[in-house]
Amino acid sequence: MRATTADRTQPAATTYLICVAAWLLPGVGHFWLGRRQKGLTFLVALTVMFAFGLWLEGALFPFQVSQPLVALGALADVGIGLPYVIARSAGVGAGRVVAITYEYGNTFLIVAGLLNMLVVLDVFDIAKGRK
Amino acid sequence: MTSHFGLMVIFSLFVSVVFATLMRDELSEQLAFGGRLLAGFVGAGTLIGWVLYFFPL
Repeated sequence: MRATTADRTQPAATTYLICVAAWLLPGVGHFWLGRRQKGLTFLVALTVMFAFGLWLEGALFPFQVSQPLVALGALADVGIGLPYVIARSAGVGAGRVVAITYEYGNTFLIVAGLLNMLVVLDVFDIAKGRK
Repeated sequence: MTSHFGLMVIFSLFVSVVFATLMRDELSEQLAFGGRLLAGFVGAGTLIGWVLYFFPL
């Protein structure tokens, strides 16, 4: 594989900064580390998956400590980063429980967030020189 | 497209793309691994769906 920025270990502060950027926008961490093809794939796949979940009328769950499962769903939703914030601010993602695709939409939204968390962990490993 | 099967295929496609990109470095390897993952997800989903068909609701 050709040489990339990640071929040298990043300082700790930079590593965490890259991880935050990777969380905010899927794929940005890989772009930063010179792995453009991977970054572009994550950006497109995860953003479209999240948008698909919204189109299927899934819900962006609120953080409710009194309902642990809802709070876990919210934590997974937030994993996608900036798209979550944009969707929330735009007032989409309220979810329509009676929609036939409601549960499918929830699944797409939650899994998009969880996959982005995996992508952030991958970025961390690359920045630390482990991959 | 919003049939149960159609959505399962689309969901599997997204997950396969992300996993293949995470786990392989070369594009050709990603395509091969992603294809196998997609086939596995859709095959397993279809098989489990048919097994559940024989259980009463």
